[in-house]
Amino acid sequence: MTTPPPGPLSEVGLVRLLTPAGERVSDPRYDDAAAALAPDTLRGMYRDMVLARRFDTEATALQRQGELALFAQALGQEAAQVGSAYALRRQDQVFPSYREHAVAHVRGVDLADVLRLFRGVDHGGWDSAAHGFHLYTLVVGAHPLHATGYAMGVARDGLVGTGDPERDTAVLTYFGDGSTSQGDVNEAMVFAAVNQAPVVLFCVNNQWAISEPTTKQARVPLANRAPGFGIPSVRVDGNDVLACYAVTAEALERARSGGGPTFVEALTYRMGAHTTSDDPGKYRSSEQEEFWRRRDPIDRLRAYLSAIGELPEVFGAELADEADALGARLRTEVRAMGKPATTSMFEHVYATPHAVVDAERAWFERYEASFADSEEGTR
Amino acid sequence: MTTTTDRPPTGAGSTIPATSGPQSADAAPALTGVQRLTFAKAITLGLRRAMLDDPRVLVMGEDVGRLGGVFRVTDGLQGEFGEDRVVDTPLAESGIVGTAIGLALRGYRPVCEIQFDGFVFPAFDQITTQLAKMHYRSRGRLTVPVVIRIPYGGGIGAVEHHSESPEVLFAHTAGLRVVTPSDPAQAYTMIQAAIASPDPVLFFEPKGRYWDKGDVDLGPALPSSGAHAEHGQAGPRDDEARPAGASGALDTARVVRVGTDLTLVAYGPTVATALKVAEAAAAEGTSIEVVDLRTLSPLDTPTVAASVRRTGRCVVVHEAPVLYGSGAEVAARITEECFYHLQAPVLRVGGFHAPYPVAKLEHEYLPGVDRVLDAVDRAMGY
Repeated sequence: MTTPPPGPLSEVGLVRLLTPAGERVSDPRYDDAAAALAPDTLRGMYRDMVLARRFDTEATALQRQGELALFAQALGQEAAQVGSAYALRRQDQVFPSYREHAVAHVRGVDLADVLRLFRGVDHGGWDSAAHGFHLYTLVVGAHPLHATGYAMGVARDGLVGTGDPERDTAVLTYFGDGSTSQGDVNEAMVFAAVNQAPVVLFCVNNQWAISEPTTKQARVPLANRAPGFGIPSVRVDGNDVLACYAVTAEALERARSGGGPTFVEALTYRMGAHTTSDDPGKYRSSEQEEFWRRRDPIDRLRAYLSAIGELPEVFGAELADEADALGARLRTEVRAMGKPATTSMFEHVYATPHAVVDAERAWFERYEASFADSEEGTR
Repeated sequence: MTTTTDRPPTGAGSTIPATSGPQSADAAPALTGVQRLTFAKAITLGLRRAMLDDPRVLVMGEDVGRLGGVFRVTDGLQGEFGEDRVVDTPLAESGIVGTAIGLALRGYRPVCEIQFDGFVFPAFDQITTQLAKMHYRSRGRLTVPVVIRIPYGGGIGAVEHHSESPEVLFAHTAGLRVVTPSDPAQAYTMIQAAIASPDPVLFFEPKGRYWDKGDVDLGPALPSSGAHAEHGQAGPRDDEARPAGASGALDTARVVRVGTDLTLVAYGPTVATALKVAEAAAAEGTSIEVVDLRTLSPLDTPTVAASVRRTGRCVVVHEAPVLYGSGAEVAARITEECFYHLQAPVLRVGGFHAPYPVAKLEHEYLPGVDRVLDAVDRAMGY
């Protein structure tokens, strides 16, 4: 026997441009992409990561107060989300899982609308076409196929490889380490490869599928699977926003230019629970949590920006105010999200009239009206 | 492009001319007038007309391209419309439906072929949790006009998993339309209506009837054959481009034989059986009205109820197992709607609560003329 194969959490070969301490390290392949990010853009990334974290904190608190039925935190995954989302162009399309809150924010979705799903007043909550950001998919791993099909449509529309940066279009889909065990994710890779679809398969390996560690999903790094499908893959430090941006920018550009799909694995850590219903204390150690807390992606970018003198005090102060304002707005808006009209449950089941739905709705309206009549009658 | 000959021939591409681009449609038969066609050919021409009509219509599935499908329903379409519009997909049903959803979100109108009824289940999740709910969960912002064609039913002496009738599993899921034609003329019209529908449609084709022939009015000739040459992002579809006569084809049942003593409700493969039963019963003095449901979702209860109010008796026949089958739904609704008109309980004839049996026993498993006549006799005997 030679040396054993690297496990699924191996850090060997991870693309990294910022060390956990925030020191810039060189990677010749990606240095140019990172260097192209102006200080303003870097501060924008920092701002969005901070706001996304504030959103997480507020939403978790709102759930604890009974204002949300559930919430799925993205705590700790801000760099993977913001870095990759910054590589998107307006015309690109995203197919997220249900934890890509920071990506939603970067795509211009109002974070209050993201909470409509968790409040229990909407299954979606935003106009996916307007933002190039599809609705969340709760069936784990079902949506990479939608992303692949959408990308096949983009190719048929002639919007790949034209050389026009305003037209060439890519699709980016996010999914977790657990979902890579689903057949649908593997089928997405088959379809993406044989069609050379302009899609980037972005695996957020946050090390936990509820209580199951990545070692329950794989013996080798998840990204190692993709080349078997004929898809190039890259592993990146998911807590390094520069590296996440650079590898995603390269992958999206490959897609837009007609080079086909890429599999990106961002190794990060789900610092929070799976959802507010989960109790990570039952299955993982506080030592591990503490280890990853010390690798916080926001601390890393802050350290880097401070070191290069690009994080003035006034920026930090304004950002703190902005985050407070976001928190206050979320609290107000979520509490104002009332119960939808009961008959709305019958709306949009079909795009065209359906006799059974129409009949049941008519019956239900009569049924509800009968109570109103009797209430009036007793007055 | 270079022509290299230093590679060994691999796959069909080395011996069969490539069909990568659309070719001339000159060889294709004219799509007009009344023609006598098999059930399968009627669907082929319905698909062809839909593809000529709307450049966003795609056909995708296993073996649908070069081969024209295992039942040849898509025969000739790849040659006419090219590999981008008639797509030989990887052998993965969930992948077919999942990518079709994505294509539909991009503005295309995919028509997926599931090769056999028993092979739809890998796609069950995509169909029921994704396709059925996309319009609803987006509050109407997104539509996914995907058609899923499924050859279903028995009677062809096939091996396991090739003769099943899983239609009710889909009819039970809100958000899906579930329809099934019973003859070539219906097939031609209904496939076009299914493709034109903004809702997802499960299109069940009675494979045992693929070789049945009938007169089909193909409608007026298309103004130009250039429609499919247009390649580009999909635009809004003009509703007036919908096939003539398709109105109601996805929503209503139809009375296919008028009678006075008993209503025989059938759909798909059992409509022809029901008509034979009516013929045999007429010889014995019983007048049977035959209703072809055409659609299981929605279920056109008013048409069935109106018939039963006239006849007072009702028998429902389908190949799918009786337990929790569509016959149960029809019986419940007819009992509720026509209670004081019924002179006998609504009876059901269908498959048994056993897996579809070996081919040598399918004749006894399927609801044939004799078993339906037996139910007719029982209903008449109350």
